[in-house]
Amino acid sequence: MTTNRPNVIEVRNLVKKFGDFIANDNLTFDVKQGEIFGFLGANGAGKTTAMKILCGLQAPTSGDIKVAGFDVYHQTNKIKQNIGYMSQRFSLYEDLTVKQNFQFYGGIYGLSGKQIKERTEYFLNKLELSHVANKILKEIPLGWKQKLAFSVAVLHHPKIVFLDEPTGGVDPITRRQFWEMIYEAANEGITVFVTTHYMDEAEYCERVCIMVDGRIEAMDTPSALKNKYEVTSMNEVFIRLARAQSTEQ
Amino acid sequence: MNQKSVVLENVSKSYESVKALTEVSVSIEKGELFGFIGPDGAGKTTLFRILSTLLNPDSGFATVEGFNTITDYKSIRKIVGYMPGKFSLYQDLTVEENLKFFASIYKTTIEENYHLVSDIYRHIEPFKHRKAGKLSGGMKQKLALSCALIHKPEVLFLDEPTTGVDAVSRMEFWEMLKKLQVQGITILVSTPYMDEAALCDRVALMQKGHFMTINTPQAIIDEFPMKIFGVKSNRMFDLLIDLQSIPSTEDVYRFGDVVHFLNNETGFDMNVIYRVLKQKGHAEIVVHQVMPTIEDSFMLNMKKADHFNAVMQ
Repeated sequence: MTTNRPNVIEVRNLVKKFGDFIANDNLTFDVKQGEIFGFLGANGAGKTTAMKILCGLQAPTSGDIKVAGFDVYHQTNKIKQNIGYMSQRFSLYEDLTVKQNFQFYGGIYGLSGKQIKERTEYFLNKLELSHVANKILKEIPLGWKQKLAFSVAVLHHPKIVFLDEPTGGVDPITRRQFWEMIYEAANEGITVFVTTHYMDEAEYCERVCIMVDGRIEAMDTPSALKNKYEVTSMNEVFIRLARAQSTEQ
Repeated sequence: MNQKSVVLENVSKSYESVKALTEVSVSIEKGELFGFIGPDGAGKTTLFRILSTLLNPDSGFATVEGFNTITDYKSIRKIVGYMPGKFSLYQDLTVEENLKFFASIYKTTIEENYHLVSDIYRHIEPFKHRKAGKLSGGMKQKLALSCALIHKPEVLFLDEPTTGVDAVSRMEFWEMLKKLQVQGITILVSTPYMDEAALCDRVALMQKGHFMTINTPQAIIDEFPMKIFGVKSNRMFDLLIDLQSIPSTEDVYRFGDVVHFLNNETGFDMNVIYRVLKQKGHAEIVVHQVMPTIEDSFMLNMKKADHFNAVMQ
């Protein structure tokens, strides 16, 4: 199913050093159009650094890296126009209304007033949240905010959306609704690059990559990884790989 | 009465229009490892702030080791250790300076209570001259726990100590808590991770300022009112919709690499699942009855509460 789709992320020999410290040690991988790609690893394994590089926020030390067809050294503005981003910590402006957040991000991504209006209505209807359109963000529940933040991140129909622990602290029902939104976006051809500490969510990814100490320790479909390590859950795969390295420096 | 370590009696707390806690009550035994399980916004932090005497309830009362949180707050502060959800140590002080500081404000020394923190502190001791702000997430967590323990508290309040922490570090953290419990410390811990509930003696499942249920993890699982079937097929994405067509279906949702199918018909025959799925063109169908988890119970409780609220409105 994935084989005929073009690559939207191509990473060859990505290295990122901070002084003597090697945060990303020769990473090589591709992510395909419409793929849900889980990016896992222990705290400090180098996930955030790699994600920053892929978003065009930080230059790598070396390596050939293309995101949405653009290179991460010279075409970072092009990259930013073609991606969406959301995280648990930073998502929307708390002092703006729901509608104003849509307008603000739509404007940043260069959508016309008409497009913004249409897309806003489309998402609010879909989420059944039209009644909070004029509410200030800080007045609405976290679960709703996270769903709105995801909608805003894909408002401009980016090629790739980066999700950094999008479901942290969210209740189990909302967490599953959030993943339904992820599947829908992927079905529309948007590539989803997601990090999470919930190992059941790793099972929902098409492929996962597990980083340990700056290196890619494993990368495959969840079922192939479970077969390989002869375990029944991704949690066990993760613990097997990450625990060996867990003596912190 | 003396057996109780922490008591909450009809405690309510609101911030302007938001009800953070609504008439919550619980008694926690001495030496118990008690978990408050719930998502952001459940009221966990408010509860810890009340117990650690940083916030007064609007109504109801709370006691810690027999001391009232309003009238006896000074006594409580001497005997509790509090690790807030947000890293709150001095970033510009070194690891050792932070620990010394906390020891000295409680009029003790690192040496006097070293045995209590040694298991945790020895992991970070090699970096004792590093500034706290420069530590990794896992090391900050260990330092914060050491600082909360250095005055030998009788009760420990840990507000989301494992949030944002990877699965391996979370496991190690819980191993540390188990060791502390053996030393007789009462531990109250909050977490949004449902799987951590199983590691507590008892838990309160919390949502929107209410305790939905309070019990041992095993009892919560035993009380689950229906059977759960874990279902797999070659078309996982269609399973959710196709299973809904079975009569008396209570709920269908993804659960890791299977779909959980809940049916409330007594004596439900799981061959029905095979038959319906085959009809709808599924292959490689696997159905097993599975044990409910705390997460299943949490979701069922949430739906009951939402239904109740909808009816009340």
